Amino acid sequence: MLVRPYGWDGVLLEVDDPAAWFRALWAARERGELVCEEIVPAARTVLLRGVQGRPCWQDWTPAAGEAATARRLDVPVHWDGPDYAAVAAAWRAEPADVLKGTGFTVAFCGFAPGFGYLTGLPEQRWLPRLASPRTRVPAGSVALAGPYAGIYPRSSPGGWQLVGRTGLDLFVLDRDPPALLTPGTLVRFTDA
Amino acid sequence: MLEVIAPGPLATVQDLGRFGYAQLGVSRSGALDPAALRLANRLVGNPETDAALELTYGGTVLRAHAPLWCALTGAPAPLTVDGHPAPYGAPFALPTGALLTIGTPTHGIRSYLALAGGLPIPPVLGSRSTDTLSTLGPPPLSPGTTLPTATPPAPILRELWGRHAPTGQNGNTSRKIGAVDFVPWSAPGAEIRVRVRFGPREGWFAEPGELLRRVYTVGQGDRIGVRLDGPPLARAIAGELPSEGLVAGAVQVPGDGRPLVFLADHPTTGGYPVIAVVHPADLGLLAQARPGTRVVFHGSQR
Repeated sequence: MLVRPYGWDGVLLEVDDPAAWFRALWAARERGELVCEEIVPAARTVLLRGVQGRPCWQDWTPAAGEAATARRLDVPVHWDGPDYAAVAAAWRAEPADVLKGTGFTVAFCGFAPGFGYLTGLPEQRWLPRLASPRTRVPAGSVALAGPYAGIYPRSSPGGWQLVGRTGLDLFVLDRDPPALLTPGTLVRFTDA
Repeated sequence: MLEVIAPGPLATVQDLGRFGYAQLGVSRSGALDPAALRLANRLVGNPETDAALELTYGGTVLRAHAPLWCALTGAPAPLTVDGHPAPYGAPFALPTGALLTIGTPTHGIRSYLALAGGLPIPPVLGSRSTDTLSTLGPPPLSPGTTLPTATPPAPILRELWGRHAPTGQNGNTSRKIGAVDFVPWSAPGAEIRVRVRFGPREGWFAEPGELLRRVYTVGQGDRIGVRLDGPPLARAIAGELPSEGLVAGAVQVPGDGRPLVFLADHPTTGGYPVIAVVHPADLGLLAQARPGTRVVFHGSQR
C-alpha cells in the first residue's frame, strides 16, 4: 500500500483491491475508529477526505475472503442493445452468455449518481468506447467499455457499447442507500 | 413565498453541500463561496448552514408574496426594492408584493441572497443544494418558479425590525443575530493569490514547480470548475491515469496541459492527473474571479 497526501485534509491510498478496502474502511468508520467525511474508491485507489487524526491504515487491511459478506444483486436484462451484434462479432460469442457467466463486482462509482464500474471481464473481452458517443443513452442500458461493464442509471450522453437494458431503478433518492450498485456489491446478470 | 420573475444567467439554491455520498458518484455541491453564504445567513439571523440563493452575475428579479427580510453578500450588486435602493451586506425588509431587483455585480461573479427563516424546500440526500453536474436538488430557478419561505422566530424578527427598519426605534441591546451590521467586501483585484499543496500526482509532470512560477488567467468556468489559461505544463508520464477520487480544489491537468480547478459540482472521480490542491479557504476567491483575472499559485509552509 502507498499513502499519498491529497490536498489539505485528504489521503489517497493506492491499494490492490479498492472495493475491499472501501468496505473495510467504511466498517471502521461505522465502529468509530476512523473519522472522515468521504471514502471514495476508484480503479486503484481509495480517497479519504476530511480525515481527522493520523490513522494507521494497516489496522484496517481487509481480511481475505471478506467478499463472502458482500451485498449481492441480480440484474435482469433484455438483451436488445443496439451494439449487441457488434459485440457478438468482436467476441465471437453471445454477449448474453458471456455476461451471465461472469461474476462482476462494483469496483467503484462515478460518472453519475448510481453508476457503478463493474469489473470481472477477462482482458480478452475488453472493448473500446464508441468512436463517437451517443448523445442519448436510455436509462437502464447495460454497457461495456474497456475493462468495465456498467448500467446507465438515467438517460445521458454516453460512449459505451450497449448490449441490453434492465428495468431496475438504480438510483432512488428516498431509498437507503439510494444506489443499488454500491462499491463492493457482487453483481450477476440474468435474463429478464 | 418568493416568485422568480427573472433568474439572471444562473440562479440556484445552495447550502453548504451534500456530504457522505461521494462513494455513490454524488459530488458535494453547495455554495461556491461558502463564506459569503454563511455571512448572508448570519445577517438575517439564520443558522449559517441554511440554504440561500446563489446568483451568477446578478440580473435577478424576485417578487415577495409574504413579508420577508433578506440580505445580499458575495459579489456586490446594486439592489432595489420597488425601485428604491436597498443596501448590500445588510438586512432589509421586503413587504408583501414588493419587487426586488438585483443588478449586475460591480465585482465578482456570485452573490448570495439569504432570507430570514431560510428556504424550507425538501432536502435531497441531506442537502437543498442544486448539483448542476448530477442534476440533484431543486432545478435552477426559471421565470415562474416559486420558492417557499418561512417566518423567522419572533425574537429574530423583533431584532431585524428594531435594528434595521427605517423608522423603528433602536436600542435593543440583547443581540440574537450574529454581531454583523454591515459587511465590507474587498473586491478581488486584477490578480489573486491562491495557496496550493502539491500532490497527489505531481510526479506525472516534468517540472511541477512551474505551477508556482507561472501566471495564469481565469478562463471559462461554471459550478463544476474553472479553466486556467497559460503555458501548458509538460508531462513526465504520458497517457491517462486509472480513474481516482477528486475533491473540490483539485488542480487537474487534462491532455492540453492547461490546469482546471474543480469547484463544488466536480465529478467524484476523474482520469487526468491532479498536480495540486487549492486551499479550501481560497476556493471562494477563485469562484469569484472573473475571466481574465490573473492567478498566481503559491505553496504552503508545512
